[in-house]
Amino acid sequence: MSNDNDHRVNAPDGTPVAYESHVPTHREAEPIPDPGLPAHTWRPTDVDPKAEKRAERQIAAMFVAAMVFAVLFVVAYFSFSVGDNWDTFAGMGASTVSLGVTLGMSLLLIGTGIIHLARKLMADHEMVEMRHPAASPPEDREATVQALNDGLDEAGIGRRPLVRNTMLGAVGILGLPAVVLLRDLAPGNALDISKLGHTIWEPGMRLVRDVVGTPILASEVETGDLINAAPEAMFPSEENGYPELEGAEEQAEKAKGAIIIVRMDPDELTDATQPDKWTVDGIICYSKICTHVGCPISLYERTTHHVLCPCHQSTFDLADGAKVVFGPAARPLPQLPIAVDDEGYLVAQSDFTEPIGASFWEREKL
Amino acid sequence: MSSIDTSKVATSNRTDAATASKPGPAGSLATWADDRLGLATAMKKNLRKVFPDHWSFMLGEIALWSFVVLLLTGVFLTLWFNPSMGHITYEGSYDQLRGVGMSESMASTLHISFDVRGGLLMRQMHHWAAAIFIASMMVHLLRVAFTGAYRKPRELNWVIGCLLLLLGTLEGFTGYSLPDDLLSGTGVRAADGFLKATPVVGTYMSFLLFGGEFPGESIIPRLYIIHVLLIPGILLALIAAHMLLLVYHKHTQWPGPGRTEQNVVGFPMLPVYAAKAGGFFFMVFGVIAIMGGLMSINPVWKFGPYDPTKVTAGSQPDWYMGWPDGLLRIIPTGWESVIFGYTISWNVLIPILLVPPLMLVILMLLPFLEGWITGDKRDHHLLQRPRNAPTRTAVMVALMTFYGLAWAAGGNDIIAIKLDLSINQITYFMRVAIFVGPVIAFWITRRWCISLQRHDNEKLLHGYETGIITRSPEGAYAERHLPISETAAYTLTARDRDEVYTVGSDTDAAGVASPNSRSEKLRARLSSWMYSHNVQKPTRAELEEAHHHAEHEAELQAGLDHPVDGHQFDDHRLRDTTDVPLRDH
Repeated sequence: MSNDNDHRVNAPDGTPVAYESHVPTHREAEPIPDPGLPAHTWRPTDVDPKAEKRAERQIAAMFVAAMVFAVLFVVAYFSFSVGDNWDTFAGMGASTVSLGVTLGMSLLLIGTGIIHLARKLMADHEMVEMRHPAASPPEDREATVQALNDGLDEAGIGRRPLVRNTMLGAVGILGLPAVVLLRDLAPGNALDISKLGHTIWEPGMRLVRDVVGTPILASEVETGDLINAAPEAMFPSEENGYPELEGAEEQAEKAKGAIIIVRMDPDELTDATQPDKWTVDGIICYSKICTHVGCPISLYERTTHHVLCPCHQSTFDLADGAKVVFGPAARPLPQLPIAVDDEGYLVAQSDFTEPIGASFWEREKL
Repeated sequence: MSSIDTSKVATSNRTDAATASKPGPAGSLATWADDRLGLATAMKKNLRKVFPDHWSFMLGEIALWSFVVLLLTGVFLTLWFNPSMGHITYEGSYDQLRGVGMSESMASTLHISFDVRGGLLMRQMHHWAAAIFIASMMVHLLRVAFTGAYRKPRELNWVIGCLLLLLGTLEGFTGYSLPDDLLSGTGVRAADGFLKATPVVGTYMSFLLFGGEFPGESIIPRLYIIHVLLIPGILLALIAAHMLLLVYHKHTQWPGPGRTEQNVVGFPMLPVYAAKAGGFFFMVFGVIAIMGGLMSINPVWKFGPYDPTKVTAGSQPDWYMGWPDGLLRIIPTGWESVIFGYTISWNVLIPILLVPPLMLVILMLLPFLEGWITGDKRDHHLLQRPRNAPTRTAVMVALMTFYGLAWAAGGNDIIAIKLDLSINQITYFMRVAIFVGPVIAFWITRRWCISLQRHDNEKLLHGYETGIITRSPEGAYAERHLPISETAAYTLTARDRDEVYTVGSDTDAAGVASPNSRSEKLRARLSSWMYSHNVQKPTRAELEEAHHHAEHEAELQAGLDHPVDGHQFDDHRLRDTTDVPLRDH
């Protein structure tokens, strides 16, 4: 055998150490023999007392500076408060900036000090450790298999399939209670998914501006306007007589009932919008909730009458029944049939005729 | 009459003789502890355990330490955060939102930000640490893959690492959803859309998670307990397993003189490695603190409280959620079908529910696929340079290209605005690029690696280029090449020769077709695809031949001018560490 395969390493004291080979190698003669670990070389701090003292002083200075910054942190804590001055300094609050910088500097100085210590002053002799195969020795494996078999044998489970199978069945069926227990994550009729099929809109309900809740006169809607609107029932009052909504119900109805209203030249509206039945003099109303994954949409481009969802850029042509012209959505925005009441305000003719928002498995069934 | 010398009677039931010497206070504490815990046996090996040194081994450490920072800052935040969706009117310090109705979780987030000193710092540190946690996990993953550190016996630790990445991502999502601000609420609504797109059970999953119809009043408290207990618990357990396996396997190392498959060369855990790692914890902590102090992140007060009817333009998830979001954006219009009256939303199903889990599975399977193709059952502790595994490197770069393009697609609106481009054209481009890009990247990377392998062989056979031009009596110019140092030459050759697997015979000795012959054929084809293009290191004979040739040329040139060997003109000699009198650390 040539010398090439004779990998030798040096022990920390420099004497070559041959190791036992745990891992079978299929290597052929290596083109270049392993020259072995290079000899240890000394650092300036190892041989020059001046350099050593200098390093000591540097490290101590870092630790002292870390203490100073920790004290400054305490000073800053009691000197500043965030309050409504969150942007006093470069868009940031004096408190946040000073606390962050002092804490960070203190930590960084401790870190650099310790690492400097490790690199300059701690012994830097590289050490060699032999590896062991990850696998256990064969005799240990055999002993373990033996112990396992002994255990199983003494348990007698293998010989008694009736006991084994019923036990597995009993433990397995515990999954059922575990799953059933989760049923009341949505208690009672909160799990009624048919709620996705309708919204709070009903015949005659007024369309109101979404922040202030004021009804919208058809005559006041200008061509090119896009109005973010809501059902009047979201703004209950003694006058309109709608019941007070609270909590989860209010949030759910708010999330489903949002609409956008646009006025266009009536000639631009295609038949898809049912201009004679569902619109009022070019005023047309759609669900504001994107049919992709349910973001509210409102980026309107007047010249193209496209509306764009800011989440994933689905684009709908409002003149053409809110058909999807770009982006990942698959269905047009549901249209709300509207009319005007006796006082000239926009009202809904009915609820939406299909579920609004993101698709779901049972969508066509509701 | 005789008295018993009680000083010689054992006072414990130890089997060895009691020691008479008086230990110091630290020693007696150690004895006290070991009498009860028996740790000395485990400690004696591990206190001086050797860890090899390389900058790239630090990447996983960043992930570990940023996780510790997450735990510390996270506990601080829980002292004030109120994970409730109860509706209140904000009356805190922040002027612009005073009097505005919002959930208690949003109000308590504002309270932490403006009325708790150091609260905003801790919030920002927590968020920055999360971003760094996931980023460093990803870069660490790339390091492990590119150097082949995931090969046997470390495949399972690779799988644990992939699970950590998945859990870290989910932890991030649940975390940034908690303040219940407009941006995060938009993300939660999109997540509700993803749930609803799940066939058969999706609608019920959505209703159960939200406690009824979206948004309900349960989602924030539920995400909270997932964020502060469930996922961190699993993360801690997996990190512990990851570290234990690292210690058990011992760290991989780069090949070099004296560094072989059978040993590990480096600094002992105590004191050098412990000091370096401990010091590095303070540095990571310090950098995160400075980032938290100086760099604004997730300013929820600017977004305002969540309102299901509103949205901000340029809505973006945290960066690590960007790539599935990008896939979601580039799905062509209208991919939805209704089958037997049931709706299947391919436009959400494919980019969110199928491709990301598939990518994760591919990632986890990489070491097993490679092990099967190579048929290599040996333990590997020496790292490979990326160039020496051209196909693996190219596969990883292809996956990175896919990731990068999907991520860029997730910012298509921002790219369009900042670069003044058409968002539609960016999207059309991405629809093609997501398929073509990885193929091109694979091809370029592989050729590049093979060229680098050729270059290494050039250096071994013909030496390095000195930059010295010689002119022969005939007037011909040539550049002088000089041999590289023995250390460098050994390091370049310290790699295995690749063996292309071939199917020996389809039938065994008895003439019966091997049951695995089909998969064996596939394996042989893949092995050839993976290895047949690679450049192998030169043999000893080739090296000797080349060196003989070089010496002959040197002889021809000798005496033409003053006797320099050329090393004077560059620093190559210095690179041989044996020639350097003092090594600077």
